[in-house]
Amino acid sequence: MALVKTTIDGHEIQVERDRWALEVAAEMGIAIPTLCHHPALEPYGACRLCVVEVTRGKWTWLTTACDLPIREGLSIRTDTEPVLKARRTALELLWAEAPDAVEIQQLAREMGVLKPRFAQRVKEGRCILCGLCVRVCRDLIGRSALCFSHRGTDRRIGPAFNAATDACIGCMACAAVCPTDAIRVVDEGSVRHMETFHTDLDLAACEVCGKPSVPVKLVEFIRSKLPEDIPVSSLCPKCRRSKTAGTLTDVTLLAAQLGYVAETAAGKGK
Amino acid sequence: MIKSVNELATRQDAARARFYGDQISIGVGVGTCGLANGSREVLDAIRDEVTKRGLKASARGTGCVGFCQAEPMVDVLVPGLPRVFYHKVSVQRARDLVKGLVEREFHPEWALMRLDHDELLAETDRPLNASLNGLAKVPTADQMPFYKGQLKIALRNCGFIDPGNVDEYLASGGYAALAKALTSMAPDQIIDWVEKSGLRGRGGGGFPTGRKWRSCRKAHGYPKYVLCNGDEGDPGAFMDRSVMEGNPHAVLEGMAIGALAIGSDQGYIYVRLEYPLAVENLAVAIRQAEAEGLLGENILGTGFNFTVRISRGAGAFVCGESTALMASIEGFSGEPRAKHIHTAEKGLFGKPTNLNNVETWANVPVIINKGWEWFAGIGSPGSKGTKVFSIVGKVKNTGLAEVPMGMTLRQIIYDIGGGVDDDRKFKAVQTGGPSGGCLPESELDLPVDFDRLVDAGSMMGSGGMIVMDERTCMVEIARYFTDFLRKESCGKCTACREGCQRMYELLEKITNGAGTTEDVDLLQEVCEYVRDNSICGLGKSAPNPTLSTLRHFRHEYAAHVVDHKCPAGVCPALTTFIIDKEKCIACGRCRKICPVECIAGEKKVPHVIDEARCIRCGSCREICPVDAVVTA
Repeated sequence: MALVKTTIDGHEIQVERDRWALEVAAEMGIAIPTLCHHPALEPYGACRLCVVEVTRGKWTWLTTACDLPIREGLSIRTDTEPVLKARRTALELLWAEAPDAVEIQQLAREMGVLKPRFAQRVKEGRCILCGLCVRVCRDLIGRSALCFSHRGTDRRIGPAFNAATDACIGCMACAAVCPTDAIRVVDEGSVRHMETFHTDLDLAACEVCGKPSVPVKLVEFIRSKLPEDIPVSSLCPKCRRSKTAGTLTDVTLLAAQLGYVAETAAGKGK
Repeated sequence: MIKSVNELATRQDAARARFYGDQISIGVGVGTCGLANGSREVLDAIRDEVTKRGLKASARGTGCVGFCQAEPMVDVLVPGLPRVFYHKVSVQRARDLVKGLVEREFHPEWALMRLDHDELLAETDRPLNASLNGLAKVPTADQMPFYKGQLKIALRNCGFIDPGNVDEYLASGGYAALAKALTSMAPDQIIDWVEKSGLRGRGGGGFPTGRKWRSCRKAHGYPKYVLCNGDEGDPGAFMDRSVMEGNPHAVLEGMAIGALAIGSDQGYIYVRLEYPLAVENLAVAIRQAEAEGLLGENILGTGFNFTVRISRGAGAFVCGESTALMASIEGFSGEPRAKHIHTAEKGLFGKPTNLNNVETWANVPVIINKGWEWFAGIGSPGSKGTKVFSIVGKVKNTGLAEVPMGMTLRQIIYDIGGGVDDDRKFKAVQTGGPSGGCLPESELDLPVDFDRLVDAGSMMGSGGMIVMDERTCMVEIARYFTDFLRKESCGKCTACREGCQRMYELLEKITNGAGTTEDVDLLQEVCEYVRDNSICGLGKSAPNPTLSTLRHFRHEYAAHVVDHKCPAGVCPALTTFIIDKEKCIACGRCRKICPVECIAGEKKVPHVIDEARCIRCGSCREICPVDAVVTA
């Protein structure tokens, strides 16, 4: 890939053409706030928080840094007044859209927005429609259990027809990536309730202690992805930690025997 | 099947001889506008009457000839006579016309206009017999204000040929451009001609077409796709519909030439769901063209392949945006994406794609046939060729008019449009659909041209032109278009989804009488935010109606929020209607039309409106013959 020259906040740098500006800036130590961005997923450009000012030739315009490919001669500024004003407005609008999202309120206050000038347009809620849950489920996990439906301010996220879905394997990747903690999951007895998505999953009992912990479907899913000779077990987090510790102890003992490390009481004791 | 270019010429000659031979030809406009006015029954009646009377005539359905308010339109071509157009033809009149044809009585009193030369059919040059048989008093198209200034390129053939019969397209010289491009032009030369012609996208973007073709040609990837944007979502725009319904082969021929130039062998025409007749007529045209070897494999025996498929929309304005359109064809929800990587390089299915609007494609065969210099000789320095405008609203002559670029707004509205309806005072013209802007009287001498319109705060857009008079509230217009846009926003980006909603809320507050000057300032700020931060053209141009009315009609906003009055008498909360006692002639028409019966009065006594019960519908004002109903 060709190298091109670009300037970010006055610092000139040479990078591979078409790298995303957001990531290049981060490597240079320039932090740009984001909400809908995740390093493991393709950029989406929905939240509009990461906007920067770009100049090329005689043109200057605002655009999102997450999906801006670096090209020769681009000059980017992340800190001008138009940029900060645009970010504040985005946060104002998101605050009024997701009144319970404390992360938005915090970001807003940090940028000097004490309260939005727009009335809450819903009674409650945290979803900012960033799409991370949809995208992680579709592109990383490969289950596509979630999708967008409707449009405009009616746009919402959920399983198809907002009904319980077989595609969900209860892995909770969606809840893990959600920037505003909008996805509620409750484990009760031997059932995992993906409450926000109206889907319940049976939890498999831990092979060692019997406590229900991992969704059956998730175990089956992982089994289907691995070669048959690799064992997949369903262990609860506590027993999994114990097992991993046991494996590590074995490794330490072996390493000591081979002369790589000094034998320790922990290694000998097990 | 036409197996060679020579055979094409022979077929064209044969078709021409048949359609301009010794049989009477009757055409009934059965485009959507005609059908809505009952032209299907008119066509059936004519066919029935022709059979009953044993008249040697063919009666066919044609497309829309542009003068929509005159539908149903029937055109009659008698050998040796001018072509005559009859307007507002009822079923009974249709039968009487056929009877007249048998008796050589041509009813000039029912005619709208005549054509002594078929110059509206750009491809043919058939002179008509000068003997007029009493038709001398029928005005020629040149004498009709609506048609006088027009130059039909994209709209050629519409209203003249039966779109369901490929031979009629051939008779007009159809597919000669494709044959010429296939046999005597290299792909780079075709692109050269399109570039030099100055053709710019007619869908609204105005991007130079030749430049787009060239970058798609240069891109790497197979297959390459050639797409037609037939989504036409602007309310009040129906030019693309007219072409797709009335002259579908022009689009197919244009796309085939584009495919040849770019190196593509596959195309899609994306048609909005709400145009079933366009889909039907395009499908028939594709089928017939393929059967004749004009589309599909081994076109005209030259070894060139080009297959076109139709893809239907599902009711979303945003799918007129190029990347959303492509997502829709791929089977996904219509959602735009950032366009740093152009669709010419990576578009449909990640392949090089060239998307153009219906009207743009329809221009291509003419450029190839008549040469780029001819096309570049029409229009203004920055905008070559013609543009189809839909002239609607408070104007006398409504319909589709195709004029050279550079004609002024005044000429279009007053010469072609005939001026403001009821001779009221002109207030504004909205150009470019919901993403366009409103221009006031001071801009009437603006030449209509891509760049000039943008400089004035509006845009060409699809070519919609809505004329407004003193009884139009500009704030309400902004609210109306913003309402449309916020409902059509795909909802992906914060700026457009949330911003358009908030713009709407502020405009609603202002038209409801609760707005303040701070609201107007906030509205301006939100508009600028949405314009500068949206992903796609929908969001970027959504603030245009509001920003242009704030720019040119700020006094009206001030009246709403400071004086709490709607000067145009439209916003119910800010309007009071009273009857001027001096002017009232006590005719009683207002009393009869009032839907809530709140007008009191008798013969010779000036009428009075009960303000408390008045719902401000304005019907009394519309019907009053002496303009006695005024705003307080």
